[in-house]
Amino acid sequence: MSSGDHTAHVHRDDYGSRMGMWLFLFTELILFGGLFLIYAVYRFMYPTEFHVAAMELDTVFGAVNTIILLTSSLTIAMSITALQRNRKTLSLVLQFATILLAISFMVNKYFEWGAKFGYGLYPGSEMLLDKPSGEILFFGLYYTMTGLHGLHVLIGIVFIGIIMYQVWIGRVHSTNYVRLESAGLYWHLVDIIWIFLFPLFYLII
Amino acid sequence: MSNHESHENHVTGYGVYLLVWLGLLMLTGITVAVAGIDFGRITITVALLIAAIKSWLVLTIFMHLKFEDTTFKIFVFVAVITFVVFIVLLFADYLFM
Amino acid sequence: MANGTLYMPETEPNYLDYRGRFKGILGWILSTDHKRIGLLYLYSMGLFLTVGIFFGFMMRLELIAPGKVIIEPQTYNSFFTLHGIIMIFLFIIPGLPAVFGNFFLPILIGAKDVAFPRINLLSWWLFAIGGGLAITSVFLPGGPADTGWTFYVPYSIRSTTNVLPAAFAAFILGFSSILTGINFVTTIHRLRAPGMDWFKMPLFIWSLYATAWIQVLATPIIGITLLLVAVERLFGIGLFDPALGGDPVLFQHLFWIYSHPAVYIMILPAMGVISEIIPVFARRTIFGYSFIAFSSLAIAFFGSLVWAHHMFTAGMSDTGRFVFSLLTFLVAIPSAIKVFNWIATLYKGSIQLAPPMLYALGFIFLFSIGGLTGLMQGALSINIHIHDTSFIVGHFHYVMFGGTGFGIFAALHYWLPKMYGRMYNEKRAKVGFWVLITGFNLLYFPMLVMGWLGMPRRYYDYLPEFHVYHFISTIGSWILITGLLIMAVNLILGVRRGAKATDNPWGGETLEWRIQTPPTHENFHEIPVITGGPYEYKINENGQEEKKYEEVT
Repeated sequence: MSSGDHTAHVHRDDYGSRMGMWLFLFTELILFGGLFLIYAVYRFMYPTEFHVAAMELDTVFGAVNTIILLTSSLTIAMSITALQRNRKTLSLVLQFATILLAISFMVNKYFEWGAKFGYGLYPGSEMLLDKPSGEILFFGLYYTMTGLHGLHVLIGIVFIGIIMYQVWIGRVHSTNYVRLESAGLYWHLVDIIWIFLFPLFYLII
Repeated sequence: MSNHESHENHVTGYGVYLLVWLGLLMLTGITVAVAGIDFGRITITVALLIAAIKSWLVLTIFMHLKFEDTTFKIFVFVAVITFVVFIVLLFADYLFM
Repeated sequence: MANGTLYMPETEPNYLDYRGRFKGILGWILSTDHKRIGLLYLYSMGLFLTVGIFFGFMMRLELIAPGKVIIEPQTYNSFFTLHGIIMIFLFIIPGLPAVFGNFFLPILIGAKDVAFPRINLLSWWLFAIGGGLAITSVFLPGGPADTGWTFYVPYSIRSTTNVLPAAFAAFILGFSSILTGINFVTTIHRLRAPGMDWFKMPLFIWSLYATAWIQVLATPIIGITLLLVAVERLFGIGLFDPALGGDPVLFQHLFWIYSHPAVYIMILPAMGVISEIIPVFARRTIFGYSFIAFSSLAIAFFGSLVWAHHMFTAGMSDTGRFVFSLLTFLVAIPSAIKVFNWIATLYKGSIQLAPPMLYALGFIFLFSIGGLTGLMQGALSINIHIHDTSFIVGHFHYVMFGGTGFGIFAALHYWLPKMYGRMYNEKRAKVGFWVLITGFNLLYFPMLVMGWLGMPRRYYDYLPEFHVYHFISTIGSWILITGLLIMAVNLILGVRRGAKATDNPWGGETLEWRIQTPPTHENFHEIPVITGGPYEYKINENGQEEKKYEEVT
């Protein structure tokens, strides 16, 4: 319900909102953490198969996407500074740049996955099922982890999009920007998860 | 209600962000470059160490953790430790299978 | 203990009469008032509890004699699965935090609401949707899930029953639980009234705080694990399926990384309730406040380190089993600290055996049996002997039902007058308690005995030598249900036409007893300033208790 119903919440608590957001990020961290646990165990059980399977992945795709995400983290962080300094247009441009970078990440991902599917390397495919267990597990984890991460990128796009609208109409502004900060925090977490996914999948030599 | 309003006024300059971003790109370059070298069993450790440094940069500067008060830092510490404990105990089993 | 005008009698409507933006039922299901949300949880949980009891009752009835009595084996498998899923995810996990935590957390710390009221409402909606989905899955084609509430792979990947909706329901419920946890941690950090420092908080708040952290940090693991089972079923992605190289034991690890700490999500708030009730009805300050407070955190911490003791026979390494067995014994320390402190509080107290106190004492008795049988299972050699027998079933019912269940009933009897402004019949409540606890022990104690003798759990049929135990157990289930009915009828009658309750019927010192009954929409007329601890009962020279508050009626 709206705040009109609740006179108890006239006061604003940005600190509390950030705390809530951080706690939520921990749940995301542990959610991916579960997958990292599985990855660790299977990599421990099948070191050579993981090594062989990882050769199928294109380091260039991974590296380019890493650079894209790092840059998008930069733009969203700068958009907060811009808003704090009351430069609304610049802030909006930076947020929009973040969204564009996020979309290009997804496009990149689409081509990467698409190539594998075209090649016949997808869950349940004959080609994959013919491979040794360790490689099946590697690709199972690859699709699940990058897939779940991609889902988070999509959610991030929507999240930042909503905040952009709120900045546009002036609900989020230079003295009330905690929502933009929250979107930023979320986006940085998506970035951090990728920072770990990249070496674990693309750089196993 | 609170004495932690210091953060509210903290504005990080664009320059700092740009520097951190450059640092992150450099570390990415390093991690790709060293991936070609076989350090034997510590290869993965090197990769994870670089990833941890990158995350630390994102956490402290991009996510402003450096400017938040101690409560937040303890929170992050607890969350990370929880995950580390999960890994350690899980491997208390798998390592000795 | 608190200064400020807490309320202006008769000037503000109470939260039950309060008219917000919406009228009628919408005024409830769209309300962001923490008290109304607490009641929404109470009603929905009551509904789910009834369904859960039905499945339990049917299972016991089937087991009254060897061979088929009323239901087929497959139905029986579904019944124990649904009984588990409903009782765990829809009753005891949300039980105390969602109902009494929501209702009393803000009041006990002197706040007008939780930190994020709208997210709080979202939690309830997710809870209702998840619960609805779990119940719906029973009637969908394919038949109700039959994997047990643990969803162990590879069977949960291959079973043709509705595993997917059931697992998805658990996923949604987990999300609801996480949001409640985030809300509570933030609320306790941010909304304590001036002067309410950490060590002036009632102990129930400490236990909710510890619980909320487990909810935040452990629940995502079950979320991802169930999600992976779904992904594996839907897309055939190899993750746990041994046919694809996966390791089913790894699933068990992940499952219990959450589900063991979940046991503490269930029991910690119940311990908090007991810590509230004991001082009030013993008219004494709680013994060892800081020990009880810190033991909550210690239980939350150690409780997260012991998950693999559910898997000692699953094929773990010897080192792994040794480590987890050792850690398991450590959890007993903080739990015992609490029990000893409660008993020390009772010592030389002026004990008043009102219904909440009876339930609290029932808790201590039953939880101690549950806890001690738990310690037995922590020992590796014994564990292997009694693994997957009805000893385990008996043990966890003593902890979960005798502990958390009785904690919930104690809380109901303690806080109901405040929540509804009416009093139930105390004599009937006591009768209900004695019937309940008699039925309880008749139902679950034979399980300990026959489990020790080798009766496996989850079995549809059994050897004749176990007949007598099963028979007693089933009779016990009838007595237990009679006790529950007496309690439910008494409470409902009390709410509907009981005598008007005063503001402080038990003479408690915590903040909820200092405000209007039932509370006003915003709880406090003005935020109180806290000057003393929550359990400061003092006896003066004449042996009379010093009254530090004026009773307003």
